[in-house]
Amino acid sequence: METLAFILHNLPAIGERTLEHISIVSVAVGIAIVTGVPLGIAITQSQRTADTVLYLGSIVMTIPSIALFGVLIPLLSKFHQGIGYLPAVIAAMLYAQLPIIRNTYTAIRNVDPALRSAAIGMGMSTRQRLARVEIPIALPLIIAGIRVAVVINIGVTAIAAYIGAGGLGTFISRGISQTDIRQLITGALALGLLAITADYSLLWLQRRAARQMRPKGRPPYGAP
Amino acid sequence: MIRLEGLTKTYRSAKGEVTAVDHVSLEVEAGQTCVLLGPSGCGKTTTLRMINRLVAPTSGKVFIGGVDTDTMNPVALRRTIGYVIQQIGLFPNMTVGENVGVVPRLLSWSAERIRKRVQELLAMLALDPAQFYDRYPGELSGGQAQRVGVARALAADPPVLLMDEPFGALDPVNREAIQDEFLRMQQSLRKTVLFVSHDIDEAVKMADRIAIFQSGRLAQYAAPDALLAEPANEFVASFVGSDRTLKRLRRIRVAEIMSPADGAINTHELTVRASDDLRRVAALFLETIADSLPCVDGDGHVIGRVTRAAVASRLGGQVRKRAAQ
Repeated sequence: METLAFILHNLPAIGERTLEHISIVSVAVGIAIVTGVPLGIAITQSQRTADTVLYLGSIVMTIPSIALFGVLIPLLSKFHQGIGYLPAVIAAMLYAQLPIIRNTYTAIRNVDPALRSAAIGMGMSTRQRLARVEIPIALPLIIAGIRVAVVINIGVTAIAAYIGAGGLGTFISRGISQTDIRQLITGALALGLLAITADYSLLWLQRRAARQMRPKGRPPYGAP
Repeated sequence: MIRLEGLTKTYRSAKGEVTAVDHVSLEVEAGQTCVLLGPSGCGKTTTLRMINRLVAPTSGKVFIGGVDTDTMNPVALRRTIGYVIQQIGLFPNMTVGENVGVVPRLLSWSAERIRKRVQELLAMLALDPAQFYDRYPGELSGGQAQRVGVARALAADPPVLLMDEPFGALDPVNREAIQDEFLRMQQSLRKTVLFVSHDIDEAVKMADRIAIFQSGRLAQYAAPDALLAEPANEFVASFVGSDRTLKRLRRIRVAEIMSPADGAINTHELTVRASDDLRRVAALFLETIADSLPCVDGDGHVIGRVTRAAVASRLGGQVRKRAAQ
C-alpha cells in the first residue's frame, strides 16, 4: 500500500527515469546496430576474421558490468566524462555488440547459396545483392539479435545508476542505501515492465519480418 | 552467336591441380539450343558458369555476338544473359511479380513497363497473372516455381539463356510439361540457349546440338540424330545407351521420310500425321504387319505414305555408309 502511494506520488519522477533509461539503451543499441550489422556482414568474407571478432565479442560479454564501469571511469576522466551518461552508453554499446554481430553473421552465412548464385547470375552488384536479397532474408535473425541486446542493455543500464547515469536503477540504488523498500519495489517493477515490453515489441517485429518467408503461416491465395 | 575458344578451368586442391574444364571449343548459332550433356563432375556446369563469369576461366575466351566477354563488365554482361538454375533460387522475400521483375528493375525500367512485362511472361508460362502475381515463392509448387524461374530469366528479353539442369528437380510429369512449354516458346522466341543436363532423353528432346562432356573434355559435338547414329567413341556410345536407335525416332518427323501419295484410306487403316515423330510410326509397325502407313492432313485426306523401307533407310543410312567405307 505504501509502495502504491509512493508510485502514485512519484509518477513524474518515474516517467523521467524511464525516459533516461530508454535514452541510454536506445542510443547504445542504435550505435551497436550501425556498427555491428555491417561488421557482421563484413566478417562473412573471412572465417578467420569472423572467429577473431566473435571471440573478442564473447570476452567483452564475460566482463561483469560493474567492472567495466570501473575501467571506464579512469579512462574517460581524462575527458571529464568519467561518470554519468557517456560511460553508461559506451558500456551498454559494448555489451550489445556480440548478439548483433553474431546474429548478423550467422543469418547472412545461412542464406541459401543458390539464392546468392541466382542474384549474382542475374547481374546484381554486391550492394544490390545485400540490400535486396541477403539482408531482407537475414532480417528476422538480425532483429532477434537486437532483441537480446536490448534486454541485456536494460539490465546493464540499471547498474549504471551507480556511476550517476540516472535511469530506473536509481530507485534501486537509493532503495538499498536508504533501506527504502518502496523505492526498491518501484525500481524493480518498472525495470521488469520495461524489459518485457521491449522484448515483446521486438518479438512482434521479428515475426512480422519472418512472416512473408514462412508460407505455412499465411492463408492460401484468395482465402477470406 | 556464342563461341567458346579453348576454355579451361583448373582448380588447386589438396591433391594438386585439378582440371575441371579442358580446352573446350564450340560454337552455338543464334537461336539454337545447345545441350551440354554428361555425367556429374564432367565440367558441363563449370563451362556454363564461365559464360556468365560466375566462374573465372583459367584460360580461353568466350565470345557472345562476336564480343570478347573479357572486355565487358561482368555485372552488365550478366544482365544480358538469362540464368535458370536447378534449385530455382526464387527470392523468398519477394512476390512472384517482384521476382520476375528483378532484372528489369536493375535496368531501371519504369514500374508500368515492368508490370506489363511480368504479366505477359506469367501468361506465356501458363501462370494466371491475376492469381500468381502477388504470391510468395513459398506458396508455389515445384513446377510453378520453375515456371517463375524461367519467366524471371526471360524478363529483360536477353538474347542468351543459360539453363543449369533447370527441370532436374521436377517430377517426370511436370518435367515433360514444362519441357514441352519451353520448346513451344522457343519456337517463337528463338533464344540462343545453353542447357546443362545429365539426361540423354531430355537432351535429345530439347537440343539442336548436343555437346557431350567426358571428364572436362568435349567428347562429341553434333546434332542429336548424328550423335545417336554415330557416337564418336566408346564413352559416348555407352552414355547414350544401347537403345540409341529408338531414341532417334523422337527427332525424326514423318514429313521427312514420307513419299507423296493420294487416294482414300481403307476402312480401319491406321494413319499418321506429317508432324508426328517416328515413335508413333515405329509403334504401329511393331503392332501390325502393314508395310506402309498413310499420312493424312487435318481433314483426313491422304497426303503421303510412310514405308518400312523408308524408316529403315533413314535410320540405317549412315550405318550402311560407314560399313561400306
